[in-house]
Amino acid sequence: MENLGHGGTYLENANPVIFQRSGERLPTASEEDGDVHDPIDDREIFDILLHHISTLLDILLTHLNNFKLIFLFSIEELNVVEQVRVQVNDPESTVSVEFTPTIPHCSMATLIGLSIKVKLLRSLPDRFKIDVHITPGTHASEEAVNKQLGDKERVAAALENSSLLEVVNQCLSSRTI
Amino acid sequence: MRSPRRNRGAMAAESPPPLLLSLVDEFVSGLQDSRSKDAAKGVKEGQFSVLQLVEALGQSLTSTQPHTRARGVQLLSEVLQESYAELTEREVELLLAFYENRLKDHYVITPPVLRGLQALTKSRRLPPGAAVSMLKALFQDVHVQSLMLAERACVYNMLINLMESREDELKGLGADFVFGFVQSMDGERDPRNLLLAFQIARNILLRGYNLGKFTEELFEVTSCYFPIDFSPPPNDPHGITKEELIQALRAVLTGTPKFAEFLLPLIIEKLDSDVQSSKLDALQTLAACVRQYEDKDLVDFLEGLWSSLRREVFQTSSEKIESAALAALTALTSCLSRSVLKSDSEDSLSTFLDLVLKDCKHHLFEPDLKLVWPSAKLLQAACSASYRAGHLITAAVMPPLVEQYNSRTQCSHRRTLLEVEQRFIQSAAASCQSVDQDESLFSAYKDSLCSMVFSALSESNSSLQITAASLLTSLAQQTGLLSDSDIDLAVDHLTRLLLTDEDESVSLAVVECAGALAERHPAAFINKLIPTLKKEMFPDQREASELRSHDAVRQRCLSALAAVSVQASVVQESAPVLLDVLSSAHADPTCFSTDEVVHACLSLQKIAERLRDDEETSRCFHDVVIPRLLSLALQAALQSEGSCGRRSPLVEEAVLSAMVPVISAACSRPQTTFAEQTASRVVSLFLDGDVSFLPDNSLPSRVSLLQQQQQEDENSWRRSQLVCLLMACVCSFPRSVEVPQEERLLSALEELSCSCSHPLSYTSAAKCFAGLLNKKPEGTDLDGWIQRTVKRVSGELDRPSSSCRLQAFSLLIWVAKALLLRYHPSFSALTDKLFSLLHDADLGPMAADGFSLLMSDSTDVLNRGCHADVRIMYRQRFFSENSAKLVQGFNAAPKEKKPNFLKALSNIVNKLPKQVQVSELPALLSLLLEALTCPDEGVQLSTLSCLEPVLVTPPQVLIQQLEALVSRLLALVGSPSMKIRIASIRCVLALSHLPSHEVLPFRARVLRALAPPLDDRKRLVRREAVQARGEWFLLGSPGGR
Repeated sequence: MENLGHGGTYLENANPVIFQRSGERLPTASEEDGDVHDPIDDREIFDILLHHISTLLDILLTHLNNFKLIFLFSIEELNVVEQVRVQVNDPESTVSVEFTPTIPHCSMATLIGLSIKVKLLRSLPDRFKIDVHITPGTHASEEAVNKQLGDKERVAAALENSSLLEVVNQCLSSRTI
Repeated sequence: MRSPRRNRGAMAAESPPPLLLSLVDEFVSGLQDSRSKDAAKGVKEGQFSVLQLVEALGQSLTSTQPHTRARGVQLLSEVLQESYAELTEREVELLLAFYENRLKDHYVITPPVLRGLQALTKSRRLPPGAAVSMLKALFQDVHVQSLMLAERACVYNMLINLMESREDELKGLGADFVFGFVQSMDGERDPRNLLLAFQIARNILLRGYNLGKFTEELFEVTSCYFPIDFSPPPNDPHGITKEELIQALRAVLTGTPKFAEFLLPLIIEKLDSDVQSSKLDALQTLAACVRQYEDKDLVDFLEGLWSSLRREVFQTSSEKIESAALAALTALTSCLSRSVLKSDSEDSLSTFLDLVLKDCKHHLFEPDLKLVWPSAKLLQAACSASYRAGHLITAAVMPPLVEQYNSRTQCSHRRTLLEVEQRFIQSAAASCQSVDQDESLFSAYKDSLCSMVFSALSESNSSLQITAASLLTSLAQQTGLLSDSDIDLAVDHLTRLLLTDEDESVSLAVVECAGALAERHPAAFINKLIPTLKKEMFPDQREASELRSHDAVRQRCLSALAAVSVQASVVQESAPVLLDVLSSAHADPTCFSTDEVVHACLSLQKIAERLRDDEETSRCFHDVVIPRLLSLALQAALQSEGSCGRRSPLVEEAVLSAMVPVISAACSRPQTTFAEQTASRVVSLFLDGDVSFLPDNSLPSRVSLLQQQQQEDENSWRRSQLVCLLMACVCSFPRSVEVPQEERLLSALEELSCSCSHPLSYTSAAKCFAGLLNKKPEGTDLDGWIQRTVKRVSGELDRPSSSCRLQAFSLLIWVAKALLLRYHPSFSALTDKLFSLLHDADLGPMAADGFSLLMSDSTDVLNRGCHADVRIMYRQRFFSENSAKLVQGFNAAPKEKKPNFLKALSNIVNKLPKQVQVSELPALLSLLLEALTCPDEGVQLSTLSCLEPVLVTPPQVLIQQLEALVSRLLALVGSPSMKIRIASIRCVLALSHLPSHEVLPFRARVLRALAPPLDDRKRLVRREAVQARGEWFLLGSPGGR
């Protein structure tokens, strides 16, 4: 049985730490007023990631069929991406997302990061500089993965690979389980 | 004259007629398949008998060629399918003997034989014993699963027919029948046949056939399909759904407690499955089966079931599964609760609950409350099953929970505990409904629960206060739980929070809680809350500066007064306080703002809408509230005339419009004891200036309200606008209440609506006039009024120089609406007038907007709430009668008038129900595409909202016009209006789901056009853009679509 990282416990006899689902963001009065400017904020980016890659683990796991017990939780509940680890600066046009692989040796860390990066590239205005990296201290090959994700050319090259693109696209289709 | 039927007997002995012989010949030789129809017709009409047909078939039936024999039997069977009802018992007997014998024949003959037998099972003249012999022959000679699909269906249908008509005989077969059926269906794969087979199996179980030693076989042969995994092929013509199969199979599996020992282990096994739908099915089947079981059926499996259920809730993957698991647990517990306790057996309920408590209870008290919710939900599910279960669980859980609360210091922990408590109270309430228990489950813990709630209400943390308020509500809803002194204390707390707490969400919760409490305990609110609030709103010494700072408090007081007024006794106290707000605002406009006055009216409206139909409250409204409102409004109208001092807020349109729904709600109650009286008082007030029933005697004895002065003075609008209150009253009564002096009233209203220059006055007069016409009975009176109105309106409208065109137009549109709603035939005269106005230079745009008024529900008159005559589907009717006219008008109109038509069309279409839109839009598509380019934002928006649902299943016409559609939608993505940007992006999203070869050519263009909205200033627009762009990216990309 694999160790599940966060809770540091075994799924079979105990329980991984499950975080409360944060629920839909309800529109405020000022959001409904057409004249007010709403800056892009952390929660908005978090929602983009949450709504569109909630099937991420599901897909990855069916591909690798590795430890299918994580199946039971959505990406948010397992804290792969947390709102506190999403930082946006609208005026300066920067976004930074830290993600936490479920286990320190997670072989899919690059793929998770790539999916997040692609989703943001497709969802944010051109002006943004997008930085996706692993939460410090949560993965064995943290540096290597971060370097890959930070390198524009390598990201572009990865997306030229049609089988890789296929997996990424599957992660991003908003289909429900 | 001899009847053909008689004839038949005489002819039976004779040789078959030559016509029949040639029919038979042509069919058997395979030349003419349709001859079977002719033969059936012949038999039905009595030209020849079935036995003659058999005789004519003689040669083919005895042929040495199996195919010729099959053809012969086929003809006979097809004839029987048409004419089984005409057969005599003797004929049936002979045919049966023949067919049973043919079952042993060559296999190619079996299909037509089965069809013939199936036809015979439908005959009502089946001789005794026939069913048994038929089935014996069938089970012995036919191996059902080697037959083709249609023949297998034939066998199942035979069984179903015989089970309906010959139940006793089949039961006489004993377990052989069950065995025969089990063999027949073993291995069935077709969903259509499975539905039939499940139906038979269910009948076997429900109608008490003897299963003998074949119980397990019957279970095996059906349960092998559990859980159902079936996805119908695309374009499935049979329309069988997975859900249908699931329900049919579940009915079988849960049909008898005899299956328990087989079914429960199967369910436990399937709960381990990774497939969500299997889990769900297993849980729902579990909940269904235990309804019939007794504790002895369950006892061996309780541990296994519990650990599966616990796992599903602790490690929940979806809310659906979680709630199914909880429902199953409730069903299981209530099954155990039904068992009768015997002195020698152990109590299986308490054994089971011990198990549940052992696994769940400790989680409630872990220091970090990590698994508190799943555990609490499980306990609550068990708790709600029965009174006994509720008792056992609350006894084990409540005391330590209270203790926990007192020892915790963190607000979030305390709140969680309060929420858990509340859920327990609610689920225990569910368990008590079935039994008449005077004593609440919580009596023993009442004091500690109350002190918990009151201490939480005194905290400064708002979420703790809110939770405490809802816990208090739940406690108060337990009959007989709280004592009077508890309620008094609770009211004190609520009052304090209302007056001091500034947090909006807290005051909302407090107001809601006060409403719930007041429903059961009115006295405390009458004695304490209302006097305190009154004192707060009308302090003894008025210090203007201090007063203004109390705005928020007053708002809360006004809301609270409305919320607590459920019982008549409370209404009698609270309504006068609210009316006092109006009168003191009138006396001194500085002491209440217009908004506050409107709020007071709103509170009165809420009370009136919730009125119970008892005499006391109706009297209160008809004798106190309505006269006082009218009197105040009248005083305000008269007083300000001439004087140019400070204006009373009661002449403001906002206030009058807020009074309208109060009066309307009170008058529309079905309780009509006081309605007649109010009707005649109000009418004579408005027609004759009779003020005698109004509470203020300082009013002049004759005021004229509806009549226009000879020379209009500048203040006459103050009086004429009061007609809206007349409307609220006379247009809202149930139709059984007669409006006195209706003819005079209608004349006065018509005159006012056409000649007055004050908008609120003439519109209200028109509405009131229309509201009365709508309810007027059919007849010459009504027709006369309609003609008169049409004439007058047309007269004004046709004179471009007339100063009253606007007034005439408003009367036209309201009368048109009144008649449209009741399907009056004269309606078309008014529609035609309206259509012609679309060409009018001044009124054209207004006429186009008028269609929206026609198609939408009006809030104050002409709706079902005020008993108007509203026929169903009047919108569809209007659309189908007039859409062609609009299209023609559009095509014929000069360029500058076209937008009017588009606007009218989009106003109509937008109000149609969605399914009608989807079916009607293809015809109007080119017009709608045109409408997207219309510069009017209203037209754009309503067109977009019509288009979006159509794009889900786009008609072929639309696909052909995709180019035009895409470019128009993309142009609107940059619209200045947020709503249009959102709506157009949604349409663009919907386009991405069209067949990819159709939309792929637009991909690059759409992606480019959707880039700017990603940086839109509005978050809601960005959200849509992100979603739409994501979908378009996936289009035509590997792994996408």
